[in-house]
Amino acid sequence: MDFSYSREQQMVKKMLKEFSEVEVAPYCEDWDANAEYPEESMKKLGDLGLMGMPFPVEDGGAGADYVTYVMAIEELSKISGAHGVIVQTHNALACWPIYTYGTEEQKKKYLPKMFTGEHLGAFGLTEPNAGTDAAMQQTKAEDKGDHWLLNGSKVFISGGGIAEVYVIFAMTDKSKGTRGISAFIVEKGTPGFSRGKKENKMGIRASIAAELIFEDCKIPKENLLGEVGKGFKVAMSSLDVGRLGIAAQALGIAQGAFDETVKYMKQRKQFGRTLDKFQALTFEMSAMRTKIDGARFLLYRAADNRQKGLPSTIEAAEAKLACSEAAMFVTTKAVQFHGGYGYIKDYPVERMMRDAKITEIYEGTSEVMKMVMAGDIFK
Amino acid sequence: MKIIVCVKQVPDTNEVKIDPVKGTLIRDGVPSILNHDDANALEEALKIKDQNPGTTITLLTMGPPQAQEMLQECLAMGADDAILLSDRALGGSDTWATSNALAAGVRKIGDFDLIFAGRQAIDGDTAQVGPQLAEKLGIPQVTYVQKAEVKDGVAKVERALENGYEKISVNLPCMLTAIKELNEPRYMSIRGIFKAAKFPIKVWNADDIGVDKTIVGLEASPTNVFKSFTPKPKGQGVVVAGDTAKELAGNLVSDLKKKHII
Repeated sequence: MDFSYSREQQMVKKMLKEFSEVEVAPYCEDWDANAEYPEESMKKLGDLGLMGMPFPVEDGGAGADYVTYVMAIEELSKISGAHGVIVQTHNALACWPIYTYGTEEQKKKYLPKMFTGEHLGAFGLTEPNAGTDAAMQQTKAEDKGDHWLLNGSKVFISGGGIAEVYVIFAMTDKSKGTRGISAFIVEKGTPGFSRGKKENKMGIRASIAAELIFEDCKIPKENLLGEVGKGFKVAMSSLDVGRLGIAAQALGIAQGAFDETVKYMKQRKQFGRTLDKFQALTFEMSAMRTKIDGARFLLYRAADNRQKGLPSTIEAAEAKLACSEAAMFVTTKAVQFHGGYGYIKDYPVERMMRDAKITEIYEGTSEVMKMVMAGDIFK
Repeated sequence: MKIIVCVKQVPDTNEVKIDPVKGTLIRDGVPSILNHDDANALEEALKIKDQNPGTTITLLTMGPPQAQEMLQECLAMGADDAILLSDRALGGSDTWATSNALAAGVRKIGDFDLIFAGRQAIDGDTAQVGPQLAEKLGIPQVTYVQKAEVKDGVAKVERALENGYEKISVNLPCMLTAIKELNEPRYMSIRGIFKAAKFPIKVWNADDIGVDKTIVGLEASPTNVFKSFTPKPKGQGVVVAGDTAKELAGNLVSDLKKKHII
């Protein structure tokens, strides 16, 4: 076991710290207030290689390993959880399934522009009545001989309306349950495919989530991703990768809020002394740091397992549960220790607390993480 | 085109303090960074490379072995090759001795069209090494470059002055020293980082570059530091406005009166 940062990891962290401080931090409050997609900074991240990060150089990716990849998302999320989730959704839920299950033609057609960030990717699984119970898909795809006909809708889709390439799940045979789900690649602008309502979210407001609507949407035959009836596996295996990214996002939010609180406690004076001189508060800070570091090691292990090709589903579930719980625990305390100033938008911890909550919900709720683990414990 | 960029690893001056007794910099525990002006020098070379495929950028520095970390970061920004001059015999060199070593390093590299360096390093603040290196190599130099356009064997540059700039054309090969106004340095790329971390940086000692050991190192350095201190910031100047001499004088007198100077 090696618990030290590699030279690559040190440089990635250093670069993204500088990037976040210069290109992201000054604008976070506005992006959050206006629910505005941070287009320019995302384009720059694409140029730097963040949008195809854990894919081999020979295939057009940036050639990073998964441990360094999660560190990158963590670093970005220290300043902006929205940036963290945009990068992770694109990499894990759009690039990864196309890279893993796509035909050579599909990979050649979509990945080069996705890896540079020119085209954003999105993932459409969730429906109004199919959240955790993803098998309740209502969207259906009919085989019309020379094309697939898509009808239905998806909700809460990150990047909806902004993304160019969508990995969409639909029922090709309802009688078969999860074995009747297939995955498709749908391009923005395909007739019959439109964006519905843009959601007005509590947090990560610079990451756009929207409804997707398919009305007699004709998809070319060759846009089936993987095999007919194997879509559920595409979705679940993508979410395994996604959970690493969400755990990293949660961890970054927790660390960012912690760092802000340390800074604040050193300068905020009450009763004639700064807050860092109150032992009750410093003890709680120690507990917060322990939670963050514990969660961090679970995450790095899960990422390391994936990198080495070892089983990582359970490890990723543990990491996501621990990191997202750490994010809620730490951001709530961070706001508390800022007092009234923590409740207003002048300090970033207010936004961080709102950003943290979603990490316990999306890409598998904390309850789902426990189901995954319980299934393993009592198998 | 073949470009050499001289870079230096320096202590982050935001963190550095001066030992009040010895008058030297306290470097313990201070993070080391790429000198700011050198980042501008490298960025300008990278911009030339972006526009002229086939251009190669070779980094040259002198320092202890840990300077390789800075070279890795420069490689991750897009440089092609990196050379570290490192030898106890070179330690303690002042600007004269340093430029002797660098000149020997450049001669060993061989062919080049252009050398970029930062205006000055934030630790020594001398701004002497670039010009000295150019002199020793016998090439023309332009310092304080705030804009550069290199085409057809000629560099057309703007050289910053206190209150304006000069336009200068200079034939290649030449030496240009960069100031921060020249450009905005790029970030390391992920792909660049993974390549740089495994890149075999060349480490050359005094024998490798064939430098005369009597002109390098502490003993050979003519400079002795008597005292180091933090200079008082030079306050913001005031420009007195007015269209005629009479008006100018009037405004000046009234400003001085307001401040009770006269």
